[in-house]
Amino acid sequence: MKQEDVPQDPGALGKISREVCYAINEDGRYVTQLSRGWEVKASALDTAWQDIEKRADAAKEKIRNHEASPLLYFMEKCSMDTKILSGYTGIWKWAIKRHLKPDVFAKLSDKTLQRYAAAFNVTIEDLKLGNI
Amino acid sequence: MITQFEHIQSAHCETGVTRNLLKNAGINNITEPLAFGIGAGLFFIYVPLLKINNGPAIAFRSLPGAIFNGTCSSLGIPVTRKKFSEKQKAQHFLDSCLNEGRAVGCQVGVYFLPYFPKEYRFHFNAHNLVVYGRHEDEYLISDPVMEKVTTLSSYELERVRFAKGTLAPKGQLYYPERSAGVSDEIIRGAIRKGIKKTVGSMLHAPLPIVGVRGISFLGRRITRWREKLGLEKAGLYLAQLVRMQEEIGTGGGGFRFMYGAFLQEATAYHRNEELQLASAMFTESGDLWRAAALQAAGIYKGRLGSQADFDQMGGYLQNIHDVEKKALRHLSEIKWQ
Repeated sequence: MKQEDVPQDPGALGKISREVCYAINEDGRYVTQLSRGWEVKASALDTAWQDIEKRADAAKEKIRNHEASPLLYFMEKCSMDTKILSGYTGIWKWAIKRHLKPDVFAKLSDKTLQRYAAAFNVTIEDLKLGNI
Repeated sequence: MITQFEHIQSAHCETGVTRNLLKNAGINNITEPLAFGIGAGLFFIYVPLLKINNGPAIAFRSLPGAIFNGTCSSLGIPVTRKKFSEKQKAQHFLDSCLNEGRAVGCQVGVYFLPYFPKEYRFHFNAHNLVVYGRHEDEYLISDPVMEKVTTLSSYELERVRFAKGTLAPKGQLYYPERSAGVSDEIIRGAIRKGIKKTVGSMLHAPLPIVGVRGISFLGRRITRWREKLGLEKAGLYLAQLVRMQEEIGTGGGGFRFMYGAFLQEATAYHRNEELQLASAMFTESGDLWRAAALQAAGIYKGRLGSQADFDQMGGYLQNIHDVEKKALRHLSEIKWQ
């Protein structure tokens, strides 16, 4: 990559900080050049977030059809799998899988719900309602 | 308590932390590319079947911690590295380091990192930053990928040091011992060692999913993605590839430009034509990775989508395989003095 070809497209990071790229100058020497962002990777990031939104929407649909508990929506929204959620809450992975069933979820104590709510940064009420 | 610390922005977090900590410890002649090459940071692996964030598991660099440890050990600098099971002990140890006037590197997760833009907050636990002081409840932070230094409250710092999930940092911190500096002779030896290690893992790995063979393997897989996964999912997978390759921390082209810069800097220590040749080839490879990313973007943005487009995408990776193999061969044939 030549120094003058280092892209300067607007991006999410560019608002906060530019990033260092390595590129070749006129004399064929490597130099560092700050970049505001690159459209190609900005759209890769958008694509990833669109997928997360889509998964969260699909989860909402499942909750409405009584196929999943509100837990699923928050897991998708925060892109947490059972391993990560188990890490933040201290609840066993197999137990989290059970709590994804609406009937099991409905019987959970406030204490357990609080642990989930803290991991998702929401209130217990939001969690119960699925805030949807 | 504030230690004397000079923040220099870098392309990659771990090499940046390594360079900045070494500088702080009295070693001024290790640049970011040198740290990357000596620490044998260049790597490639594609693990089929394994999924990360619902996408393919692809890495362009070695395991977190390997660059810092490798660089320091090759330069003969003792390293202290600690993990903690208790948050209180982790904070206590950090404070005692800062009290001694020592800046330390920390492995953190980016999900709860408040100064990162929201769009970047994934569950990625192999980020590195330097804590160089504390003012009441605020810790002074030098994150090498950011232009300026920043601060984190003790709660915010604890949360990112104890992020959960894959590669959970477990409060991990590390620092090099102070040193009177390293001689050119030691750097010469360290460069040789780093290149040999990279040649070993990229060219002679016993697994077909690692190194240049891994790149070619992924290329062949990509040509089948359209049929196997459908256009939408294949696009998502390609977006993940581009993110791993280009996102903050690689210096562009999946670290290939940084490696090219390393080989060029190495010519100052070893008068060897092969190094300059290989450097130019890694520049070429980096450009090919960028061209491949452009092709991938055409697919995930919906501008491209035919089987021929996927074949072309796979073709790029085959080309990259050829170029990098040639470059690494050159490196492996160097007659070191």
